[in-house]
Amino acid sequence: MAFKIVEGCVNCWACEPLCPSQAIFEAKPHFMIDAKKCTECEGEYADAQCASICPIEGVILDGLGVPVNPPGSLTGIPPERLAAARAEIQAR
Amino acid sequence: MDLNVVSQSGGCASSGCGSSADRLSHLPEAIRAKVDNHPCFSEDAHHHYARMHVAVAPACNIQCHYCNRKYDCSNESRPGVVSELLTPDRAVKKVIAVAANIPQMTVLGIAGPGDPLANPERTLETFRQLSEKAPDIRLCVSTNGLALPEVVDEICKHNIEHVTITINCVDPDVGAKIYPWIFWNNRRVKGRKAAEILIAQQQKGLEMLVERGVLVKVNSVLIPGVNDEHLKEVSRAVKAKGAFLHNVMPLIAEPEHGTFYGLMGQRGPSNEELQTLQDACAGDMAMMRHCRQCRADAVGMLGEDRGHEFTLDKIETMEIDYEAAMARRAEIHAEIEANRTAQRQQTGEAFVSLSSLKRGLKTKAAEPRPVLMAVATTGGGVINQHFGHAREFLVYEASVNDVRFVGARKVDLYCSGGDTCGDAETTLQKIIRTLKDCEAVLCSKIGYEPWSQLEEAGITPNGEHAMEPIEEAIAAVYQEMVASGQLEQAGAEPQRLTA
Ligand code: SF4
Ligand code: SF4
Ligand code: SF4
Repeated sequence: MAFKIVEGCVNCWACEPLCPSQAIFEAKPHFMIDAKKCTECEGEYADAQCASICPIEGVILDGLGVPVNPPGSLTGIPPERLAAARAEIQAR
Repeated sequence: MDLNVVSQSGGCASSGCGSSADRLSHLPEAIRAKVDNHPCFSEDAHHHYARMHVAVAPACNIQCHYCNRKYDCSNESRPGVVSELLTPDRAVKKVIAVAANIPQMTVLGIAGPGDPLANPERTLETFRQLSEKAPDIRLCVSTNGLALPEVVDEICKHNIEHVTITINCVDPDVGAKIYPWIFWNNRRVKGRKAAEILIAQQQKGLEMLVERGVLVKVNSVLIPGVNDEHLKEVSRAVKAKGAFLHNVMPLIAEPEHGTFYGLMGQRGPSNEELQTLQDACAGDMAMMRHCRQCRADAVGMLGEDRGHEFTLDKIETMEIDYEAAMARRAEIHAEIEANRTAQRQQTGEAFVSLSSLKRGLKTKAAEPRPVLMAVATTGGGVINQHFGHAREFLVYEASVNDVRFVGARKVDLYCSGGDTCGDAETTLQKIIRTLKDCEAVLCSKIGYEPWSQLEEAGITPNGEHAMEPIEEAIAAVYQEMVASGQLEQAGAEPQRLTA
């Protein structure tokens, strides 16, 4: 099983140096994970390193194709609270 | 009634007191020597020297709500800027090429595009090579502080004198509204806990650097409704720990930058809000108001963008004898220093005449009120820019006590040269709005159209002081205003400023 980087990656380089398996490489239009090398960080770290530093929601999928960082998980604002949060911020 | 904000706020010994325009005069000699020609630290040096950045460090280990990680670190550059990523070897080549060709470049900074210490090897490698090959270039680094304590000793090995830490808060509850998460000990940590760790690391890094004699500047981003009041506490806290400059920058948040704040509609501060806060913090420590968020690029220093002279392929083919370049740089630096000394003397005279002005007025009930004036300059400490070419204006406050630098205000360039000024009016209106609290604008030249519109808006254009030192020219204009009687206070109690 392997993780995967999909469209939306902003090529920020954060994940690349962290991968214990050197599975991540720079590519066009975005960074990629070599599925043959990715170990899902098994035996190395409790959390997959790439997905723990990636700043963009939804661009890293786990072995099952599920986004590791779903909408709201990184901004800290779940989608149903978005409108309220926006109103709060705009009132500042 | 003392209209000088610096002395008003007390603590003359610790904040720049007196009539000197250079706020560093209060610093101990050793520190002063270190910062005297550092364009980021000395207001005066900012006119004469420049720094450059190389983009060698792409990764970042935290998320700030004002940053879109598609672009460069917003703590140091403006949102939406993308630099070309360089390997350490190429960066070193580029720095040496620029230093040999632009002797004013005295400082090399690494500030991104991400956090230079998140994955520090690339940053440290660049510094190591440079301290060996170009020992006359000073090195500095900017960081969010998370990884700072772990690399302080390594940094000190590479002869780095200056470190900038972006500290937006010392309270984790405030921090949680600015930083949604950090990457810490191989895990993502979110919310208040994340802010707590980040703050602790920043403060620890600051202490460690100060202990080792490294100068520390603190940057803060002013975010209205989030950390505006809180920044006063930040200012006190970082001063107590030994930071020697605090630079409050305005949040820039537009939806098109794609940042969290931009998309959510968080507003940035107005010029007035920024200035009020800078004034409030000024009593606590030396504030830096000239910061233009890194637009003092060496490659753009002289008003024209020289970046195209230093593209990668050109650098690859350049043969540089740095020994010879270093000798030439030393000569030019000596010339600049001679010039600065001369200018300081002239400026000193201007202040003398201002204070005699005050003495002459002692018998009157009220002192003339202070006035804000804007200046168009490309550097060198003189008024030397055409109004229509100015991308920013330096704003000064003149009072009977002194001429004081207030801040730099950016504007969109409205004249692109030639006669293709289709949008001239709207952009000119924008400039007028940006400078609406100023009563005069000093430039080398100005066209008829902007002249009349400025006058209409109550801002007197003035092209009579072209090529004169800034402070001196402002003092002269202020004297004229006083003489004409237009500055007499209306009310009994004189106020510092009204918009
Ligand atoms: S899951 Fe781990 S091994 Fe796989 S690409 Fe990400 S960091 Fe590398
Ligand atoms: S951390 Fe995320 S956004 Fe950045 S390069 Fe890796 S996958 Fe792309
Ligand atoms: S530290 Fe800089 S690069 Fe990292 S998120 Fe903050 S502004 Fe962006």
